[in-house]
Amino acid sequence: MSKDNQLSQWEVFMQTKNGGPFEHQGSLHAADKKMALQNARDLYSRRKEGRSIWVVPTECIVASTKEMEEEFFDPANDKIYRTPNFYKMPQGTKNL
Amino acid sequence: MTEEEKRIQFQQRIDAGEKIEPLDWMPDDYKQTLFRQISQHAHSEIIGMQPEGNWLLRAPSLRAKKILMAKIQDEAGHGLYLYSAAETFGIDRSEMIAMLHSGKAKYSSIFNYPALTWADMGAIGWLVDGAAIVNQTMLAKCSYGPYARAMVRICKEEGFHQRQGYEIIAKMASGTPAQKEMAQDALNRWWEPSLMMFGPHDADSPHTQNSMKWKIKVESNDTLRQRFIDRTVEQAHHIGLTIPDKNLKYNKETMHWEISPINWDEFWNVVKGNGPCNHQRLNHHKKYHQEGQWVRDCARAFEEKQMKESNAVKSN
Ligand SMILES: [Fe+2]
Ligand SMILES: [Fe+2]
Repeated sequence: MSKDNQLSQWEVFMQTKNGGPFEHQGSLHAADKKMALQNARDLYSRRKEGRSIWVVPTECIVASTKEMEEEFFDPANDKIYRTPNFYKMPQGTKNL
Repeated sequence: MTEEEKRIQFQQRIDAGEKIEPLDWMPDDYKQTLFRQISQHAHSEIIGMQPEGNWLLRAPSLRAKKILMAKIQDEAGHGLYLYSAAETFGIDRSEMIAMLHSGKAKYSSIFNYPALTWADMGAIGWLVDGAAIVNQTMLAKCSYGPYARAMVRICKEEGFHQRQGYEIIAKMASGTPAQKEMAQDALNRWWEPSLMMFGPHDADSPHTQNSMKWKIKVESNDTLRQRFIDRTVEQAHHIGLTIPDKNLKYNKETMHWEISPINWDEFWNVVKGNGPCNHQRLNHHKKYHQEGQWVRDCARAFEEKQMKESNAVKSN
């Protein structure tokens, strides 16, 4: 084993406050789950930035691309009836 | 779409202020410029731990030692955020380290100067991190998403670095005559190298034009350097220290401090590898990288063993 290795890559998601979403922080290198979790704590939460962490092997992330953006997200363009402002309320309607 | 059409569309996205993400199409020269810049930035953070590490065991108090340790840990973190950003171009971290070791990739020349006294810990935080903050605040607006995000995180941490440095210098400047002299001496030695951290003048910087067109940089070397000078001169005067430049003067019309011409021969000499510590810094990195090989190998072997075990459980 003489070849240099930098261990596998992981993506880090962190919850910063109770009830909040887990947001992507960045990535790191680690040999296994335990090391990934510890490295994530050391790398992304040295100042109590997080209260809970997920680590995911980078190779498990499936991502859409910029090239896909148009056809992938376009179908929603002509469906503004999915938003509340599409609807006209009778004048003077309250709490709606 | 032809290459040319793609380029035009790419430039339109940049002009519209959009961020570019790793899977998006981008011109090869944009990619190469960024990879070089980000990987060298990463190396700088890592090599930059050495001058400070040199004082860790000689810190004058437990408080000072804890602070220095925390700062050095942050710098390691900065290096790792940046290696991750550089890896989004599909280049493995071990390749980047090999490029550093072969001299193909550089790091900031500022770290090729020695940290001679405790006052240097003050001067480094105040001036070197101070210059880095000016530069990195600009880079946080960079067009490449992973780099910009790493910069935002780094900038949040740098504030502490600069303040702890200024605290050390200010304390020494108001101490005994010998302490004040030490503080002044550190400023004398670090002033010009800090100015050089912003790179050559705009007119002599061949990459600036492309970098600005692509919004890799949104402000030029000279603009950033001037911002640093204006801030730092006043901070020096505030604690009774003298900027080591006989020609320093305030221009009331431009409202900027003006300095003597910078000694660029010195700059290029250090870039070429002839600074006081170039060999020491690189050899230190090589030595510890090689000595750490068995740790990485063990970690990998343990990972393989665990995978085998969990596969065995699954197939049962
Ligand atoms: Fe840093
Ligand atoms: Fe720093």
